[in-house]
Amino acid sequence: MEYNPYSLEGKTILVTGGAGGIGSEVGRVCSKLGARIVLTDNREDALQSALSSLVKVDGGEHLAVNADLTNADELNALVDQIPEIDGFVCNAGVMKLVLTQFITEEELTRIQSINLNAPILLTKALLKKKKIRKGGSIVFTASAAGVFRVSMGNAIYATTKCGIDAFMRTVALEYGPKGIRCNSVNPGMVETALIGTFTEEQKEKEKLNYPLRRFAQPEDIAQGIAFLLSDASSFVTGTALKIDGGMTLS
Amino acid sequence: MELKDFVQNFANQFDETDAEMFTPETKFRDFEEWSSIIGLSIILMVDEEYGITIDADDMKQAETIGELFNIVQAKA
Ligand SMILES: NC(=O)c1ccc[n+]([C@@H]2O[C@H](COP(=O)([O-])OP(=O)(O)OC[C@H]3O[C@@H](n4cnc5c(N)ncnc54)[C@H](O)[C@@H]3O)[C@@H](O)[C@H]2O)c1
Repeated sequence: MEYNPYSLEGKTILVTGGAGGIGSEVGRVCSKLGARIVLTDNREDALQSALSSLVKVDGGEHLAVNADLTNADELNALVDQIPEIDGFVCNAGVMKLVLTQFITEEELTRIQSINLNAPILLTKALLKKKKIRKGGSIVFTASAAGVFRVSMGNAIYATTKCGIDAFMRTVALEYGPKGIRCNSVNPGMVETALIGTFTEEQKEKEKLNYPLRRFAQPEDIAQGIAFLLSDASSFVTGTALKIDGGMTLS
Repeated sequence: MELKDFVQNFANQFDETDAEMFTPETKFRDFEEWSSIIGLSIILMVDEEYGITIDADDMKQAETIGELFNIVQAKA
């Protein structure tokens, strides 16, 4: 076997938001690197098509579990039915642009519950039930938003991602001694449905803020996540990895 | 849904431009104060005041406040 510290062979990896743009690509990239994948999402059709796009591996059949992570019963049922894992990619999330004076408690609660509460409660449940093996790696999809910059209309979203950043670092601190690492990737704009509300015109203008003059493809983010899941990053914990084409440099 | 109230709600999203400058015929993008953030606040105002969701493409269809009113009303 040739030298490959990035291999994920023998690892089982849980991916939330696994039917989405980034999550489904994480599944494909990690399966190509040899991992057995457990995808979860609450959109059944998209979940099944993401499952069928995974590359077959020796470590066992890939799985797909339908769960709404904002529902405590479905979250617990998910944790109970999955096998032990080596990697946890906590990635499901939503975005909505709301200027501060238009914030409603209802929207605040809705976005917080999927972007912040669900990741915290799912991580807690996985750790408590000892589903994450020693040597395991947790990766959050945070964002450049909130953590590295703020932009108008993005207060709720940015606030949830700052919360994820603080949680990620706290878990890294608590679980380092137990041999579990915890990091995040922090993307700028990625070409997925999440940014679908922007017009082409707005996107072209925004790209001028990116030194590399394009937005990320899901693969750009998935490969960063795969690195953090692999043993190549064995000494990396508590790190927020910017993957933003240089957008936050100026 | 009253056109007069709509124009008023539209005008409320601006801080510098005189309220009298706003009529159904107003080409709002010609105002110096116009920006993409005001565009976003118009979308959010329509949601908050009328419970109707419009997007950036709907906004693009309208040149005047009256035209936007018609687009919003068609979705009511
Ligand atoms: N696209 C971007 O520009 C961008 C930038 C920075 C960070 N991110 C983050 O990346 C992550 C993935 O986003 P994406 O771009 O792939 O968007 P996406 O909309 O394609 O994927 C998000 C997925 O999360 C799932 N989801 C939403 N609510 C859920 C719930 N209650 N229970 C279970 N699943 C639920 C959706 O069904 C969807 O499949 C998100 O956390 C997002 O905040 C995206």
